[in-house]
Order: sequence, then structure tokens, then C-alpha cells
Amino acid sequence: MTTVPQPDRRTSGHPTSAAAAGTRLDPWLGAYAERTGGMRASEIRALFSVANRPEVVSLAGGMPYLARLPLDQLSDIAARVVAERGLVALQYGSGQGDETLREQILEVMRLQAVEAHPDDVVVTTGSQQALDLVTRVFVDPGDVVVAEAPSYVGALGVFRAYQADVVHVPIDEHGLVPGALDETLTALAAAGRRVKLLYTVPNFHNPAGVSMSTERRPRVLEIARRHGVLVVEDDPYGLLGFEGEPRPALRSLDDEGVLYLGSFSKTFAPGYRVGWVVAPHAVREKLVLASESAILSPSNSSQLTVSTYLSTCDWRSQIKDYREMYRERRDAMVGALADLMPTASWTVPEGGFYTWVRLPEGLDAREMLPRAVTALVAYVPGTAFFFDGRGADHMRLSFCYPTPERIREGVRRLAGVVTAERDLVELFGASGTVPRDAVQSPGPDVV
Amino acid sequence: MAATEGRTPPDADAPTVAVLAGGLSHERDVSLRSGRRVAEALRSTGLEVTVHDVDPDLVPALSQLRPDVVWPLLHGAGGEDGSVRDVVRMLGLRVLGSDARASRVAWSKPVAKTVLARAGVATPEHVTLPQSLFRELGAAQVLDLVVGQLGLPLVVKPSRGGSALGVTLVTTRDALPGAMVECFSYTDTALVERAVTGTEVAVSVLDTGDGPFALPAVEVVTDGPYDYDARYSPGRTEYFAPARLDAATAADVAEVAVRAHRALGLRDVSRTDLVVDAAGVPWFLEVNVAPGMTETSLLPQAAEAAGHDLGRLYRALVDAVARR
Repeated sequence: MTTVPQPDRRTSGHPTSAAAAGTRLDPWLGAYAERTGGMRASEIRALFSVANRPEVVSLAGGMPYLARLPLDQLSDIAARVVAERGLVALQYGSGQGDETLREQILEVMRLQAVEAHPDDVVVTTGSQQALDLVTRVFVDPGDVVVAEAPSYVGALGVFRAYQADVVHVPIDEHGLVPGALDETLTALAAAGRRVKLLYTVPNFHNPAGVSMSTERRPRVLEIARRHGVLVVEDDPYGLLGFEGEPRPALRSLDDEGVLYLGSFSKTFAPGYRVGWVVAPHAVREKLVLASESAILSPSNSSQLTVSTYLSTCDWRSQIKDYREMYRERRDAMVGALADLMPTASWTVPEGGFYTWVRLPEGLDAREMLPRAVTALVAYVPGTAFFFDGRGADHMRLSFCYPTPERIREGVRRLAGVVTAERDLVELFGASGTVPRDAVQSPGPDVV
Repeated sequence: MAATEGRTPPDADAPTVAVLAGGLSHERDVSLRSGRRVAEALRSTGLEVTVHDVDPDLVPALSQLRPDVVWPLLHGAGGEDGSVRDVVRMLGLRVLGSDARASRVAWSKPVAKTVLARAGVATPEHVTLPQSLFRELGAAQVLDLVVGQLGLPLVVKPSRGGSALGVTLVTTRDALPGAMVECFSYTDTALVERAVTGTEVAVSVLDTGDGPFALPAVEVVTDGPYDYDARYSPGRTEYFAPARLDAATAADVAEVAVRAHRALGLRDVSRTDLVVDAAGVPWFLEVNVAPGMTETSLLPQAAEAAGHDLGRLYRALVDAVARR
């Protein structure tokens, strides 16, 4: 028989050893940038692979429920874009984004009192790319980003990738706590730390489900200004409030000290990958250059499709329809929690996709996840939303994708899991919550 | 190993294969990856291979396709406990791998250890502790007895399941309750065994029709526990294939793995995990009837170290089952 030679896969990551035959199964091990240090397989992500099975009620993912979209109309729009403007749609485009779409984005933002010029808008591949660009332009390794406790896992991943240090500031039912923010920034300055950004999700926070009150907004801006810290306002859910009118954006109160990140992913559809950032002139120039070096230009095809949708469909009614659907699901979620899981406590979101649940004393959401998966229900452990390993006493439950009936069934299963886990922890007198590796969450295609 | 020699031309009479991968277990992700790798390797030898999840479509699909060989690459419950194998057998189809009864025995780590101990194989002293026992007797007292009996350090692991999920190395009495909670999140019964320090090796055993033979042992060296992350993140773990053992010890571990395969009545493929202590004694830890077949898994590494082309080796297993 022919002998297959053993490839030499020794690498510079190889420890000193007498044997020559060791392999770490990755010839490039010694070549990775330091910033990849946190990128690992994790059993948490592996457990989520069960979540997409239909038997499992997933309260884990953040996928919007798209069955309400007018697919016939969108199909016509896609055909028209190619038939009528195909040579533009399929071509490279402007690094800053399509001008017509940028004008339409202003119209969308006016619902939250943001006044800007089309030149202030940079279209991005989802607002996730905007987060990446902003961090790339401002953050050097070791710089501090101040963020809410908890904070959006996708943003923490970006900050980690740029080797920032994230310092969390407490929030309560009215959002970021101004006094705590002031104290944190003062302490960081006293410690000689360089704080570059304040990252906040002021509306229908992911994962906490709370919103920054209208009264607190100017105070937060004043504190940030006083400390010389740029505010990154991440607002994918701002138009998905269940009660009353949208709150004015932070950007509407300060056009120099705030970078506003918007997205069509939740108000329309994430598959187009169209988001944007609104920035003061000088910052915007750098963002455009950074974006061109990353992706040359955002997709013309997606931009023209979204633009045509905005100009030919009743997008305001679509958002209203989404709001009503998500409100019904929020009601199902908090109703089921009240009926079935009285030992926990949770936030009652006034919009968005998520509620943030505090588990009964001593329970560890990460440790409990295998039991939940066995019981065919999934959630995201709170540890995903902290940079420092905290959060094991919380879990994020999403109500965006499952129907109200499924949400109730999911909470019923989860209540059984909580009861069993509580019995176990009481039995062993284990304190449970141990600091964990952060940033473990489902991939974007987990329901 | 005549069966792996030569090229295998595409053949209309070649056996058809249905790979089963996925399922609802905690190891679904690993299983899906194992299934894709094996299917790809078999296709490279000209076989027609379909891949199926374990869901309500499976039975109708198998009934219609009537594949010559069904290869379950299911890790965790359903796949390794034998139940899916029973279903395949009831459909009148051939399974590559152990039958349901043997799988059930091997799937339970305490039962497998007991069988092997009776066959004269060293295995770390252990106790099997169902959660209900702690409820009846009081956790602290039972744990004190366990530490008194087995000493420290200890390994706490679910009595069933793989990929090191729910496994904790416990070095202090204080850490034991937390480890028990973590373990019981996966399953109702814990296996607590004395931790043996030494060289960790895995020995894969194959049978392509001429009786079981061992592939070279693969040695596993990690900077921490060989946990899920260490198993599936390239780079965390260093593998030596063959293991850095002297010839006599290498022969010993191979012999133990083949003995485990025979004593448990396993068929076609298995992987035995062992620790070789400072005195050169191989200690049996557990056996897998559906060993992982991913990019970082141990059986494919052992096969490559022995000079096998994976496609041809897997094909030889399939051909042997098709002839059975």
C-alpha cells in the first residue's frame, strides 16, 4: 500500500519538546494576530446548533420575523431594479453610499427628530459594519470603550477585535445611570486611562430591554462632552416601540458629539445588509476612507432595492405592522413569565426584541443551558453581554421570532428547567455563578 | 490491510451509503461535522452517499432509499445509546458500527468500566452517583464519603455523553459541589473517578473484515483540560500521532483497546480513551462507538499517521459491512 506522508505541521506555537511529530492541526498557529485571541470554539455556540431544530423553542436568536413582509412586491422591486437600473445595481458604487438612499435615510431618521444633511450619512453593510468602522477609526489597543452593563454582544466582539478594554456602567429601568457614568469616567481619567467611546443602545436595549429616559438623555450627553468622550448611539430598534411616539435620538440633541448608527435590518429586512452611520464632517471623511479600504463600496444592488422599497411601498405601515406583531409577542413573553416563572424577575420592554431575566439566587444561566437544550428550549446566557465574565445570573430571552403560542410553550419548558436547576443548586449548596469567558452567543442565523 | 490497497474506480455495483448526522443531542454540531467529513471522504472513492438528520423524515427516507449500509455518526444520546441503531435494524438495513445492545453497554461509562475491569483491564476507581441519591442521603455527606474513598484530584463526568461536555477535574473539596451541578445539567447520573495523571492517549480500533486492529495511539497534550474548546479549536491542543510511547507501552495500549473492543462486543469501529501512568500502566477511561470524525478528531489523525487515505479506509469499512 502507498504510505501517505505525514505533512509537517509543526508551527511556531509548538512548545519545546523532544518529539518531532507533534501537531496542533493548524500550520498558521504562530501567525495569527493577537486580536484573534478571544476567537474560539465554545460549547455554548455548539449547543445553539440544536436551536434551529423545529422541536426546539428558541428564545435565543435575534432574527426578525419576516413572514409579514410583502414578498410579491419585493420580488417585483428586485426584478425592476435589475431590468431598469441593472448596469448601476450590479456595478461598484460610491464608498459613501447611494445618494438617493442617503436622502431617504434622512426621512426615516426624522421620525426620531434627527436633522442631518445627506453628506453626513455613510451607508454601511448593516450597522455592524458601522460599528467596526467607528472602532477602527477611533480605538487603539488598550483604549477604553465605556458601555452599558450589559451590552450588545456584537459590539463587544468588535471592541475585543480592536483590543479595546471595555468598562461597563450600570443601567436601571431608565437606562444608563448618569451619576455612575460620571463617576466611571472620572475614575478612568484619574487612572490615566484613555477613554475613546461611550457605546450605548438607548432604545429598547439589547439585551436589557430598557430605554434611556428622555430626561436622562441631555445629562448623559453633557457628561460625555465634559469628559471629552464621543458617544456612539446604536439604534436599530428605535422605531419599534410598542407605546407612544419614538423618543428623540441622542443625535437630535447633539450633532457634534454623537455618531448615530441606524439599520434597516429590524424595520425592514436584514438580508439586504443595509445600515448607516451619521457623523460630523471630519469623522465622516475618515469613515468613508475606512469603509472603502474594507469593502470598496456597499452593495449597490441592496441599496437600490431598499431605496425603491422606500419610494414605492408604504414602509411606515410595515413598521407599524411589525410593532403590533412584536408587541403581541412581548405580551405573550411577559405574561408567560408572570404565570410560569414567578421566582425570576425580568424587564418589561416597551419595544424591540428582548427581555432580560434575572434568575433565582444561585443559578448560573450558562451552566443551566445544557439542561434547557435537553428540554428543547434555548436562550442566551447573560455572560455573553459582559466583557468581564459577569452576567451568569441573567439570561436574554428574545420574543421576535417564535409565535405567541411557541413563546408560552418555551417559557413553560424553561420554567421546568429553572425549577430542576434550583433543586440541584440547593441540594449541593453550590454558589453557581463563576466568572466566565465572555462573548459567547449564537451566530446571526440562529432563530 | 488489503482492503485499502489500490484505487477504487466508480462502480455501479458499489454499495450505497446513508450517513446519519445531527440529531437533538448536545453534540449535534460535532455530529454534523463528522457526517460531512465522512460523506465527503466516501464520495471521493466513487460511492453514492446521502446524509440524513435524525428527524421525522429519516424513516421514510431510509425506507425509500434502502441504502446498502447505514453509518450513524451521531454523537450523544440516540446515536451512541443504540436506539437509532435499533430503528435501522428494524428497517432491515445494515449498520456500520456496533449493534444496539453493545452500544448501550459502551454508552454507559460505569457499565463499560465494570466490564473492562472484569476483563482484567485497569480502570480508575470510581463511584456512580445518581442525582436522586444525593437527595436521599444529603449531598455533603455523600461527597465527603466520595473524597474519603477516592481522594483528590477527582474527575466528575456525566455517566453518558462525549466531547468532554460536563466534565470537570476537581482538585479541592470546595470545587466538588459546583462540578456536580455542572455534570447534572447534562445527565441524571454522575461518574466520579480518581484522576490518573499521565499521558493521555486515544486508540482507534477498526475492523475491515479480518478482525479488529488498532491504529497508532494518538497522544493529547493540552495546556489545560482537554475540554470542548481544546478539542475543537485548532491550536489549543497538541497531538502526537503516534503517541510518544516506547514500543512495549504502545503495544500495551493497542492491546487494551482491542481487548475493550472485543470485551464489549463492539463492531467495525471504536475508540478507546486511556491514560498511561508514570509506571507505564494503561488505564481505561471510556470507549466511543461513534468516535468523532471532524477535522480535529482523533481517529482520522491516527489513520493518517498510519499512512491511510481516509476515503479508502472508510470505504474498506463500508465494503466489509456490505459483504456482511
